[in-house]
Amino acid sequence: MPYVKRILSGWAEALLPVAAVALALLIGAGMLLALGADPLKAYSAMLQGAAGNVSGITQTLVKATPLLLVGLGITIAFRGGVINIGGEGQLIVGALAATAMALAFPEWPGVILLPLALAAGVAGGAAWGGVPGVLKARLGVNEILSTIMMNQIAIQLSNYLLRGPMIDPAEIARGTQIAQSAQLPQQVWLIRLVPRTLLNGGAIIAVVMAVLVYIFLWRTTIGYRIRAVGLNAEAARYAGIRVPVYQALALVLGGAFAGLAGAVEVLGVQHRMMEGLSGGYGFSGIVAALFGKLHPLGAIPASILFGGLLVGADKMQRAVQVPSALIGALQGLVVLFVVSSDIWARYRARRRQTYG
Amino acid sequence: MGELFTLPVLLGIAYSGVRLATPYLYAALGEMFAQRSGVLNLGVEGIMLMGAYTGFFVGMTTGNLWLGLLSAALVGLLMGLLMAFISVTLQAEQGISGIGLHLFGLGLSSLLFKKTLGSVETISGFQPVKIPLLGDLPLVGEVFFNHSVLVYGAFLLVPLAAWVLNRTTLGLRIRAVGQNPEAADSLGVSVAGIRYFTVSLGGVLAGVAGASLSIALINLFQENMTNGQGFIAVALVYFGSWSPLGVLAGALLFSFVNALQLWIQVKGINLPSDVAVMMPYVLTIAALTFAVRRARQPAALTKPFARGEG
Repeated sequence: MPYVKRILSGWAEALLPVAAVALALLIGAGMLLALGADPLKAYSAMLQGAAGNVSGITQTLVKATPLLLVGLGITIAFRGGVINIGGEGQLIVGALAATAMALAFPEWPGVILLPLALAAGVAGGAAWGGVPGVLKARLGVNEILSTIMMNQIAIQLSNYLLRGPMIDPAEIARGTQIAQSAQLPQQVWLIRLVPRTLLNGGAIIAVVMAVLVYIFLWRTTIGYRIRAVGLNAEAARYAGIRVPVYQALALVLGGAFAGLAGAVEVLGVQHRMMEGLSGGYGFSGIVAALFGKLHPLGAIPASILFGGLLVGADKMQRAVQVPSALIGALQGLVVLFVVSSDIWARYRARRRQTYG
Repeated sequence: MGELFTLPVLLGIAYSGVRLATPYLYAALGEMFAQRSGVLNLGVEGIMLMGAYTGFFVGMTTGNLWLGLLSAALVGLLMGLLMAFISVTLQAEQGISGIGLHLFGLGLSSLLFKKTLGSVETISGFQPVKIPLLGDLPLVGEVFFNHSVLVYGAFLLVPLAAWVLNRTTLGLRIRAVGQNPEAADSLGVSVAGIRYFTVSLGGVLAGVAGASLSIALINLFQENMTNGQGFIAVALVYFGSWSPLGVLAGALLFSFVNALQLWIQVKGINLPSDVAVMMPYVLTIAALTFAVRRARQPAALTKPFARGEG
């Protein structure tokens, strides 16, 4: 019987995030009613738009790709006990770095240039996550605040580069001055998986990465140490683990994955760097990671769900004239519900300890 | 750069520096109370956005700015209570809850803005009130004593906050709860009660901070108009070593950099405006680096309290 109970409570814990989304959608329905829209019509437009046909499904997966990659980085950071809110900035810097690399050597063959561009994205994101990492490890600077500030700095850096040094020469020639880079050479574009859609090889990269992160966190010494530091920094220190080093590493790796997300978005979807490329993936990735219970494989369905919500929100906006910002508000509620539901897990853990 | 050092320009920068300190002061002093009692509320930015929207919308539709301010405070109170419920009663991870609250406020304020206003409109906000006698002083009068009520309120809040925190029983309890909740609890102080109070107070002040932007300083509302000021306010509490005077110093430093940055943009000095806009954020990181070296944070900050544990 205890065995059955444990399985049941395991299921209950896995279902908590689902309950959180259901509750958020319920509150969303109330908000829709208050705004004078029919919630059923709104949600069915959402579902239809996100999963009703090939176009919707591929769009959902295209949005899920950066969410998954950012979410993996967040998962590593949170598992290491550091709260990385800097996904947005790391993604932007990664995208800038990948773009700069691809545009610097337009003559090089794709087999060399594509991996280099991806690596540049990873390096850019890692560097952007590394600054808060080193500040935390060396000086104890609160990483939540420093990563948030790094987001703002990245946005301004991107604006500056895209209006100045990196602007598409064609934009200057035409006099339109839209803040975007030149188009990347064709040989670095990630392959499109379904013709006439935006779904690209980045989705495969992301899923492979999810499996690798799982192996890394649960089957390697470094991954084990990161988790040990996150679970109990004091105990980890007594066990001889250099806590600050692994906290910094968790932030660097978090940045690396967000940077990869930016590179994939540029190389697979937009084929150039532009203002507003991210559109909040850095924050939605946190939601996806939490929803996936900070498990790399859990992040896969989580990012598909939130990708679908983002796609569906646009369709909903058109169907019932409710701004898609509603989904942003609901994402916030999902985060609140998921972190709040932790108390039930802790309560059960305590009861298990007390009553065996 | 020579143009920068003329008297009218310096006075102008000083004037807007004092003015722009307003939202930082309200938000950071409120956050300081929450943190002194052991709760890190990272949702300040989201509360500010909701306060800014509410203050603007109510002020515009009723034509009564005070009613707008009151509504903003009320919305701040509700969001503060929500944060308190999640972080105190449900004992959730504070950093992540705050981000959730921020996303909620950001999304909801954008949603309401698009649904009710649709486009950016301006409002005739709180007007400057010249203080008799003091306002006529040369130089000083112009810089310090010719502001709107909300600006004066923000600066008066500094000594008030210092008095409450250091000279009253309530302040003693707040500090005790943030430093050693177990001991405070054993002496009969309600840890949960104090934390509910400080986080709600922080919510009210964050709501007012948002409204100060939309109905006193900028006099309009647009999506995400706070642009990180709420997060900077949280950082200012660290920078100010959890003391009202420290917060004041930090707020003034930041608002002066902001004023300078705006002026550089207007004048189009040899510095790209994007780089100028970056300055406050770079400064925040520098300030945090500097601050951790000399201050000790409240011992129980970010630690949920449950009786009979620990």
